[in-house]
Amino acid sequence: MSVADIFESMEWGPAPEGRAEADAWLDRHGRVFGHFIGGKRGKPGETFTDLNPATGEVLAEVTQGTEADIAAAVKAARKAQKEWSAASGHDRARVLYAIARGLQKHSRLLAVLEVLDSGKPIREARDIDVALAVRHFYHHAGHAALLGETHPGAPPWGVCGQIVPWNFPLLMLAWKVAPALATGNAVVLKPAEWTPLTALAFADICTMAGVPPGLVNIVTGDGRTGAALTAAPIDKLAFTGSTEVGRILRRETAGRGIGLTLELGGKSPYVVFEDADIDGAVEGLVDAIWFNGGQVCCAGARLLVQEGVAADFEARLKARMARIRVGDPLDKAVDMGAMVHAEQKARVEAMLARTSGTVHRGTCPDGCYLPPTLVTDLPAGDPIMREEVFGPVLAMTTFRTPAEAVQLANDTVYGLAGSVWSQDIDVALDTAPKIRAGVVWVNGANLLDAAAPFGGTKESGFGREGGVAGLSAYLRPAEGPKLPAPRQLEILQTGVETIDRTPKMYIGGKQSRPDSGYSRPVAGPKGIAGEVGVGNRKDLRNAVEAATGAKGWSASAGHLRAQILYYLAENLSARAAEFDARLAAQTGGKPEAERAVRHLFRWAAWADKHDGRTLGVPMGGLALALNRPVGVIGAFAPETAPLLGLAQIMGAALAAGNRLVLVAPETAPLSATDLYQVLDTSDVPGGVVNILTGDHAELAPHMAGHMGINAVWSFSSADISATVEREAAGDLKRSWVNNGRDRDWDATDAATWLSHATEVQTIWVPFGL
Amino acid sequence: MSATISDLPRNAGLPFDIALVESVRVNTPATMRRAATIPARRSLKKDWQAAWLARAISVIDLTTLAGDDTEGRVRRLCAKALQPVRPDLLDAIGLPDLTVGAVCVYHEMVPAAVEALRGRLPVAAVSTGFPAGLSPFHLRLREIEESVAAGATEIDIVISRRHVLTGNWQALYDETAQMRAACGDAHMKAILATGELGTLKNVMKASMVCMAAGSDFIKTSTGKEAVNATLPVSLVMMRTIRTYEALSGFKVGFKPAGGVSKAKDALTYLALLKDELGDRWLRPDLFRFGASSLLGDIERQLEHHVTGRYSAACRHAIG
Repeated sequence: MSVADIFESMEWGPAPEGRAEADAWLDRHGRVFGHFIGGKRGKPGETFTDLNPATGEVLAEVTQGTEADIAAAVKAARKAQKEWSAASGHDRARVLYAIARGLQKHSRLLAVLEVLDSGKPIREARDIDVALAVRHFYHHAGHAALLGETHPGAPPWGVCGQIVPWNFPLLMLAWKVAPALATGNAVVLKPAEWTPLTALAFADICTMAGVPPGLVNIVTGDGRTGAALTAAPIDKLAFTGSTEVGRILRRETAGRGIGLTLELGGKSPYVVFEDADIDGAVEGLVDAIWFNGGQVCCAGARLLVQEGVAADFEARLKARMARIRVGDPLDKAVDMGAMVHAEQKARVEAMLARTSGTVHRGTCPDGCYLPPTLVTDLPAGDPIMREEVFGPVLAMTTFRTPAEAVQLANDTVYGLAGSVWSQDIDVALDTAPKIRAGVVWVNGANLLDAAAPFGGTKESGFGREGGVAGLSAYLRPAEGPKLPAPRQLEILQTGVETIDRTPKMYIGGKQSRPDSGYSRPVAGPKGIAGEVGVGNRKDLRNAVEAATGAKGWSASAGHLRAQILYYLAENLSARAAEFDARLAAQTGGKPEAERAVRHLFRWAAWADKHDGRTLGVPMGGLALALNRPVGVIGAFAPETAPLLGLAQIMGAALAAGNRLVLVAPETAPLSATDLYQVLDTSDVPGGVVNILTGDHAELAPHMAGHMGINAVWSFSSADISATVEREAAGDLKRSWVNNGRDRDWDATDAATWLSHATEVQTIWVPFGL
Repeated sequence: MSATISDLPRNAGLPFDIALVESVRVNTPATMRRAATIPARRSLKKDWQAAWLARAISVIDLTTLAGDDTEGRVRRLCAKALQPVRPDLLDAIGLPDLTVGAVCVYHEMVPAAVEALRGRLPVAAVSTGFPAGLSPFHLRLREIEESVAAGATEIDIVISRRHVLTGNWQALYDETAQMRAACGDAHMKAILATGELGTLKNVMKASMVCMAAGSDFIKTSTGKEAVNATLPVSLVMMRTIRTYEALSGFKVGFKPAGGVSKAKDALTYLALLKDELGDRWLRPDLFRFGASSLLGDIERQLEHHVTGRYSAACRHAIG
């Protein structure tokens, strides 16, 4: 085609990015890679083939990591971590800074390697993946420098196992490695088997940046290598990937007392109101669902459009889809590259084959490509509406009112991200926080930054990456002494001296008889202190239902919650002597009521002070990290400080706006049941606190397995930590367990409590020029 | 031959409807983001770059709008308009007959331009009390008629910014419609002076009103405002053109003016145009650059394309 021909046709032409440097780098390594352990590139072992999905060409042979490789890497990390955690914040900051500079200096090589390996377009690799990875290391160099000021004395976990996915190989590496190193940890990182190259190139950058040998170890391999890493003696595991694998990892690590953060799948809503900038919202979808071919956990995959503008929106969207250029990912003017792997392409096509909706496709070349795709006429139950596709497939439906938009947006097991488009400040700002997701963008999509916490809720996982919230995931929580064995008192039969008071369950603000119809005596040092009902799964079910219904509490103002907590403290104080006597009758223990009152006062104080943050992101407008309640928390109260423990649990959970299903301490249940009247007289709305009595070990699996509960806390002396964590895997609810350790119940460690009582929700509100 | 020749029906306008104005929605940060990524999203290399740059030349309104314009200056500009690039370079890319789209001058210079171009290119006159548009209204209409009588086939009018800034959309519509009537067969480009309208929303509303009032083109700037053509403003105007076409069936042209002085910038505008409005707009009857120094940069780029060596300004005739 001549210049004159093109002058007439005005077609796009090829604009290929050069790959010579990347090929030279691969050649320098002989196109065969071993692991990077202890600061050295090991000899290749048994290898697998790494392909370029766009061309099918073999890029390199990469070593399949074995258990022995993982063991060597963990050992090297353990050795390096000691010195690293003792290094000053400044010294750590220098290394992170050097990594950021190294990434920047080799940005083109890394971008091209990423494209060759993953099929993503060079524009994205260059302007997003590598740019954000650089930013992440700069940002965390700062955290390293300031850690002594912001988190004095907070120790790192130690050795962190990190498993990253194939959709953003280098960026996810940065999200994992930067905070880990900043806080004094060492890492063993396993890149995805489809995209190991940039992690292997990162090893060079570590060496040049002066990262101490062993501090960063890269072990390549498939899921078996990941399983070996999970099973290894690590202190913390961080995983980004599918919900399915996340569930397995939660089960595998249950009861081991290691830290775990999971950043999993999503089916994020993209809500367009009738007063939105329609063209802007259409363009936003290009960034939301066709970014990286939709192979993005936070992709805006469910388009919800207000009915009145739906037809217009759909027409404009289809016109825009027709102009999306799919093709050679090395082409600088391509919008969508290749799918990461033929297997992934096949998965997406198989899902599309199952839909009952109307499928509208753009165009794409032959090969490992998929076109931008829109599916309309979908019932809410269609798999394309509910399941994560992880491809360029947008599901569309309509809504009538803002309330219905929120209802549809939250009609999902996932809770990673969401977008809200409206030019009306009322509608936009009212709707955004109602979307139950870790990140919500107002009039935008897929805005990301190192200073903005990212992560999900529900089956999108738990934990945050980025910002201050992300940093705490790499700090080891304080650990108390081992719990004593549960006290076993002989039941001494004594006569009833007063009118019988057999407390029932406290559910929805009312007392109700145990479903089991059984009661058991509470043994005290001087005989039976009373009797309590034996709670079972049905009582639990009823309690959760009541807690779920008490939504108003979570929407109430901090000032109101403070007033009620003060009132609770006041009423408890008035009956302090009675509570202490009851405690003594059950356990022979020291008085706790006055301390419980003090802590309730503290939590009342916190209720309107657990402020969020405004985030220093490079954008005009506001990015906010809001502290939102977790929702319904199930908690097992401690034996070691029965009344004080109840006060701390109730105080923290209620101050942050949660509703509670509280299981009384096994050996001092009457201290919990005595609270019914106090709660009743303190204006605590029915359903906000529900109290069950019963056997912890029996209730634990039902509590952790209940899909209506959002988090489970266990301070029990019963050995239920592993059960809770394992059963919580079902719907990936958050858990906070004691692993058989006690805590200082008088500690004023609000930050720890509040981090478990809240979800950080990041809301981006861009505005202005 | 006149570049305004077009196979398209001329925009007949729409009746004034306040709902057209009030229904516009534009989100500023989203517009800025789209505008910011377009240069990174689209890239043209080698023959494609040369062809697209030639296309950019073909849609330039080669402009002189200075107080010291003389007939001699205008004749030189017209010569450049007819031979915008050295013949050897045009031969090398196979486009020996390439010209710019039109020549754009003040009313007083119209006769000189008409004579120099001898009908080979249209003459556009800036009119209606350019650049402020604050002379008496009857004189502004009269100015249009006189420019048309003097041989201008395109009239670049300026709108009354005060009507936009005070929300008097009916007045803007009426004024623009009367100007369009005064243009007769001459094509009318309505200059919004976007740098003085304050918000993208105002740009979108003014675009809609001017199209409804029958403008053949909407144009960003006079070149005399503190801020002239920008990508975000251009994006908003392009999208409004698309909306207007959906409403009326008429394709309206777009002219960014002032501030487009580099070959790379010109490619970015054309890329945005192709992505937002489609290939049909990449022709002089629906798109123009209002520019004076852009051509020089494109000439140097074309010489580089042909010879492989970076060029210098002195190797190309001035306009």
